[in-house]
Amino acid sequence: MKTMLNMFNTFKTSPLSAKIGLAVVIFGLSVALLAPMLAPYGESEIVADVWLSPGDGHLLGTDQLGRDMLTRLIYGARNSITIAFITTLIAFFVGAFLGLTAAVTGGWLDNLLARIVDIFMAFPTLILALMILSVLGTSIPVLIVVVALLDATRVFRLARALAMDIAIMEYVDAARLRGEKTFYIVRREILPNALPALIAEFGLRFCFIFLFISSLSFLGLGIQPPTADWGSMVRENSGAINFGILTPIYPAGAIAALTVSINMVVDWFLHRSAQIRA
Amino acid sequence: MTPDIKPEIKPERLLTITGLEIEGRQDGKWKKVVKGVDLHLNRGEVLGLIGESGAGKSTIGLAAMGYAREGCRLSAGNINYLGKELRQAPESELEQIRGYKIAYVAQSAAASFNPSHKLITQFAETPLAHKMMTMEQAKAKAEDLYTKLFLPDPAGIGFRYPHQVSGGQLQRAMVAMAMACDPDIIIFDEPTTALDVTTQIEVLTAIKEVVRKFNCAAIYITHDLAVVAQLSHRIMVLRHGLCVEEGQAAQILDAPKEKYTADLLAVRRQVKDVAPPKQEEPLLRVENITAGYKNGPAVLHNVSFEVFRGRTVAVVGESGSGKTSVARVITGFLPQTEGMVYFDGIEMSPLLKHRDKDRLRKWQMIFQMPDVAVNPRHKVKDIIGRPIRFYYNPGKKEIDRRVSELLEMIELNDKYLDRYPSELSGGEKQRVCIARALAAQPELIICDEVTSALDQLVAEEILKLLQRLQQDLNMGYLFITHDLATVRAIADDVVVMYQGRVVEHGPRDDVFTPPHHDYTELLLSSVPEMDPNWLDRVLETRQKKTA
Amino acid sequence: MNFLFPVIVKRTGFALLTLFAISILIFAGLEALPGDTAQAILGQGATQENLEALRKELKLDLPLHTRYATWLGDLARGELGNSLSNGRPVTGMIGWRFENTLVLAFSAAVVSIPLAIVLGLICALYQNSWLDKLLSTSTLSAISLPEFFVAYLLIVVFVVQFELFPSVAILRPDMALSERINVLVLPCLTLTLVVLAHMMRMTRAAIIGVLSSPYIEMARLKGVKRAKIIFYHALPNALAPIINVVVMDLAWLVVGVVVVEVVFVYPGLGQLLVDSVSKRDIPVVQASGLIFACTYIFLNLTADVLSILSNPKLRHPK
Repeated sequence: MKTMLNMFNTFKTSPLSAKIGLAVVIFGLSVALLAPMLAPYGESEIVADVWLSPGDGHLLGTDQLGRDMLTRLIYGARNSITIAFITTLIAFFVGAFLGLTAAVTGGWLDNLLARIVDIFMAFPTLILALMILSVLGTSIPVLIVVVALLDATRVFRLARALAMDIAIMEYVDAARLRGEKTFYIVRREILPNALPALIAEFGLRFCFIFLFISSLSFLGLGIQPPTADWGSMVRENSGAINFGILTPIYPAGAIAALTVSINMVVDWFLHRSAQIRA
Repeated sequence: MTPDIKPEIKPERLLTITGLEIEGRQDGKWKKVVKGVDLHLNRGEVLGLIGESGAGKSTIGLAAMGYAREGCRLSAGNINYLGKELRQAPESELEQIRGYKIAYVAQSAAASFNPSHKLITQFAETPLAHKMMTMEQAKAKAEDLYTKLFLPDPAGIGFRYPHQVSGGQLQRAMVAMAMACDPDIIIFDEPTTALDVTTQIEVLTAIKEVVRKFNCAAIYITHDLAVVAQLSHRIMVLRHGLCVEEGQAAQILDAPKEKYTADLLAVRRQVKDVAPPKQEEPLLRVENITAGYKNGPAVLHNVSFEVFRGRTVAVVGESGSGKTSVARVITGFLPQTEGMVYFDGIEMSPLLKHRDKDRLRKWQMIFQMPDVAVNPRHKVKDIIGRPIRFYYNPGKKEIDRRVSELLEMIELNDKYLDRYPSELSGGEKQRVCIARALAAQPELIICDEVTSALDQLVAEEILKLLQRLQQDLNMGYLFITHDLATVRAIADDVVVMYQGRVVEHGPRDDVFTPPHHDYTELLLSSVPEMDPNWLDRVLETRQKKTA
Repeated sequence: MNFLFPVIVKRTGFALLTLFAISILIFAGLEALPGDTAQAILGQGATQENLEALRKELKLDLPLHTRYATWLGDLARGELGNSLSNGRPVTGMIGWRFENTLVLAFSAAVVSIPLAIVLGLICALYQNSWLDKLLSTSTLSAISLPEFFVAYLLIVVFVVQFELFPSVAILRPDMALSERINVLVLPCLTLTLVVLAHMMRMTRAAIIGVLSSPYIEMARLKGVKRAKIIFYHALPNALAPIINVVVMDLAWLVVGVVVVEVVFVYPGLGQLLVDSVSKRDIPVVQASGLIFACTYIFLNLTADVLSILSNPKLRHPK
């Protein structure tokens, strides 16, 4: 209760951009959670003519098959956000766990992991993902695993750098001298100090993964129809733009709104934790 | 008013500061850091500004050039240089004075020289901008100043980049740069604080020479009274942004009016009564240790010494002497390649992870930087309580009782239990570190430069606390330090280290009384004393020796 | 100079190692396919004999490492095999498209680099001014926008509203320069906007970092004029980080073209790559992927070497 109140109080003093950002994120999440209740039609239900203009009964018009655009957007929120979130979680736990362990243990394990990650990071992620997907084919589990592992390299590097910085602190030396086990040192001495940066990184990674999967979907290589997904929806409706119809702008705009909002919140969070440290 | 009849030469007044107030921005509010200070400076005079951290001495020094750092502002008062008001002068006017009429020497020359340009171009920048001289003349002037400042290879050193020159030399090159335009005033902002004592003496000598020869005035900012004693005609003691007292150097040093000044003076004069030597088995025996870092040359060669219960051994040396590496070998962070460490007569494994818990308990360490020696995310009670739980695990109640008891021992109280380190001062943090070490009930405590990050008065308190604890608990102390005043204040035995070797070793008074090893001699004679004539005397003896 | 040499050799060595790892990965990708190339060429209905014959012809019966060596040798000679979908040599399909991609990336770089540096410099110098705040907030948003969103917004404005440019970038070898430029404008503008924000933020951060260092304070205390402080004292030291950011962003740009090419149906390598991935035309995917990877690695290596070269401590050893 007390922490809730604290959070509310710090939030009251945040800049406008962070407030708007947080509102959009919360809105997006609620839509994703309540999708079946909010959507006026079924996810893949064909309800009217193709590419109707926004208006009667269809707030945002219809898509290239005559499905209700608003319904698709609402279900898209659920699918796109869930998939990106699961991917981020996997990327994060794999990357952060290996990164912290590597930094504290040191030695050959650290060297090996760091080299492997260096090689992966010297290679453009999008191209690598495309090549792997071309071999393995596109299905949601493959997509999640491939993107998560590719992104885990970045989390690994950050977590390792953070832990390295903290591990040279004298309080960690003091714990080592006391004879503490590695697990205690990671959990009690290093993690609490790395946490603010890791939380911020989680937000940024989610953003990045969300954009990345959307891009893959947009290229037709991510989430496949008929699943409603914002990136694929842009692709499916891209033809409309040549007729002056704005349909693809809606899902693209939704993606943009969510990622920009997360960035604003993370930026404020980083700013605040930097102030506290100083 | 009676007219001045005596034909006395009136000193030329260069700088007059009255009612100076400076504010700094904190949490979005302006807060006063300098609260109304008056000072003046005549030609040919050196004014020493002395004070602990937070006294506002550097801020005042910069204000004398009409400069306020980012996040600070000169909010009130007058800064009058030869009739010109600097406080609210436009930047274009200040550019005409800075570097040209009033020059600045910073604490860290290594950071204050631009890494991208040669020393000589940085030297020539201001004289060229004011069309005082041509590049050729600037080069000649630089060579002349470099010679006067005893820099090696004065003709060539200017053509090097800053990172190609050593710290002490760079500091002197910066003094030369400040002298380039023959300024009226030079502000020295802790120019020797980052240097070793043997290097400090060279820079001090250079500064003294320059001020004497060029008949300029200087403000010398430092926290070290002994340093300021060598150079200043007048001394001003500052505390919390206010002037505590001001007077002629001799008066401040010999007969301070304020208690605060007297306290500052007393700090360096503390001497421990040496405990009588013991005939028992030593607590810690370091035998013929040779060690080095991965793929590097050895940093320690054949180091041996002993520590006894209830006695303090000080390992002294300058940067690069290997004194910190000694501590790292003993603690097991740096495994030795040869030799052995014995504790209570038992061999210790070189690797930390092979040492058993009870052995680890028996020696504890206190670190140099209290700010990073305690985890900022842990409360005081957890910091002190953890070793008790880890080594003894006597149950929550007993832990709480012990923590309170320990807090009392370090002269704090239960109010501190739930505080985080960010809510403690530097000295309090160091006390918590001491309590953490005591919590294990150790027999030996290794103190690595434990006072060097603290203000002098706070440092003295910590040293006194450590001595009292030693008497009460009969612990052995191993003190790693670069500061000979600390050695005098606390040590029974002294180990002098130089370039990874022990050059002299024995009871303190034996080591401190002649005849000395050459290096010990150099080290001892380089430590500034309060006596204003100390520097001249040392230089005289050194000249005699070389002659 | 002899001090720099080993550092650069080391970086180059690492780049080569990365390339080697990638070539193995690509080769493994070929191998991991269900069925082999012979199967893929002849289709499901092929007889066992025909398959065997083709396998011999294609040397598929040789051990893995020999085939890897042969493949690498072919690669070095520019023989990238034939497309599975239309049987044409891959080399021919790639050449012209790669050129188009480079033209697009290069033109975006020419516009964005100077703009980013100038804007970054202005923001750093007038830190916390309204302009800086405006640019900082908008670039913070811009770095998290998907490329296709920017592209469609531009299309809505410049194609749908004002009908200034075509929305589909059709390129023919016989096009006049002015026509080509007309086609290039929108894709180039999209890429510029996307890369500009990041480059500008990093430039700003680099300059602010340098401006807060003690030697800049020293220069001010020496009475050096503002302009000279910026161009003589700050810029030489900010150069290394700025060059680094610029070249890294260039590397990013070469990859970022993929999405933009798809939006504008621009006949570049990215478009080809995406088409081939959906057709699972592996030889084409791997050849174009390899070219992208090489360019990216080469640019990253350049960034590394340039930032080493612009570091005075490394340029003038003790």
